[in-house]
Amino acid sequence: MAAIEVTTPLTDSMVGKLKAGDSVLITGIIYTARDAAHKRLMDSLSKGEKLPVELKGQIFYYAGPAPAPPGKPIGSVGPTTSYRMDSFAPKTMELGLKGMIGKGPRSKEVVDAMKKHGVVYFAAVGGAGALLAKCVKKARVVAYDDLGAEAITELTVEKFPAIVAIDCKGNDLYQR
Amino acid sequence: MREIDVGEITRAVRDLCIETNIIADEEVLKAFRCALKSETSPVAKEVIKTLLENARIAKEENMPICQDTGMAIVFLDIGQDVHIIGGDLESAVNEGVRQGYKDGYLRKSVVKHPVARGNTGDNTPAVIHTRIVAGDKVKVTVAPKGFGSENMSFVKMLKPTEGYKGIKDFVLESVKKAGGNPCPPIVVGMGVGGTFEKAALMAKESLLRPLGESSKKEDFAKLERELLDEINQTGIGPQGLGGRTTALAVHINDYPTHIAGMPVAVNICCHAYRHGVRVI
Repeated sequence: MAAIEVTTPLTDSMVGKLKAGDSVLITGIIYTARDAAHKRLMDSLSKGEKLPVELKGQIFYYAGPAPAPPGKPIGSVGPTTSYRMDSFAPKTMELGLKGMIGKGPRSKEVVDAMKKHGVVYFAAVGGAGALLAKCVKKARVVAYDDLGAEAITELTVEKFPAIVAIDCKGNDLYQR
Repeated sequence: MREIDVGEITRAVRDLCIETNIIADEEVLKAFRCALKSETSPVAKEVIKTLLENARIAKEENMPICQDTGMAIVFLDIGQDVHIIGGDLESAVNEGVRQGYKDGYLRKSVVKHPVARGNTGDNTPAVIHTRIVAGDKVKVTVAPKGFGSENMSFVKMLKPTEGYKGIKDFVLESVKKAGGNPCPPIVVGMGVGGTFEKAALMAKESLLRPLGESSKKEDFAKLERELLDEINQTGIGPQGLGGRTTALAVHINDYPTHIAGMPVAVNICCHAYRHGVRVI
């Protein structure tokens, strides 16, 4: 399968071209955010505070990396299970998020929001943390440092491999 | 009475935390190579190839195969002729976890309060199961368990008359419910019989077996084979993206139970099938 090169930030025309089942290689900046970070983002919004990251055109990677060993930018960093972020995801899309990377199926509400806002969901291979870490060139915590592995980390990735699991038309590899 | 210093237990736990997280199970890798031959879906093949390559990189770069290096589950089989000296056992185990997760650059994934949360910063405490056995040795088993698969656990108190079919229906329903969430290819651990908590513990303990080693009881060995077959016909496939390799093995542990019930527990493990043993 020839992989499609995807660069961030994502544009509507790029997202529109991606079809469920496509292999992609992602290059650019992506942000890790998982359970606790999503909860904090939502708490901030409900208090009317400014978010620590601008979501427009960005990709959230549902992941909590292992610590960086000496000489490496990051430790193992595979995807975590996405359904736990389902209740938060529509709000992030409303704020401009264009892509999500995780593993496992999503709820109908999430897929509906993806169709509405033109968003793509990529599956990375769960449990391939060491391999995926090799695609990370730089890592920098940008928010919620106290959360440890659950902090929001800006990752600069090069040819990060993933599969389009659900495209912006709602075609879904998990629904067969 | 043989004396064993707690320091030896700390060292064993530390080393096992690191080794089990970095070195992929050889039997799992063998099963992956077999799956490459039987899979027809290109996505499934791609996923399996990625996992084989990941295991190679992890070993070479001395990094954990998966970033979810788990909550440390520690089983201690303590010989009744052993006298443990030099400190208390539980602290010694937790010190081993603390050192292992720090020295191995493993992820700290434990929070101090289940509701209020708050990372403990060193992956302690471990979940510790102790058993007093015959002899003068201590067997230390460390099994780090990731929560993508731990979340896909189920217990059901079946009726005593539901038989093998009742067990099968419940397990298949559980595996389908779990779908692509627990990082298939999975290993399905099961406990049948005992009580509510005994069934759950047996399901976990069945995941300490060498991959694919069957139950010593003929009926349960048959049930393991049949379930594995049916699970692999669901089409869930590697990562839930479709294919023939949904599970690598089904392990059943069993125990006598009460006339009024038949507890069944299912504890799913991802393909990071991690456990290691030291005998002191």
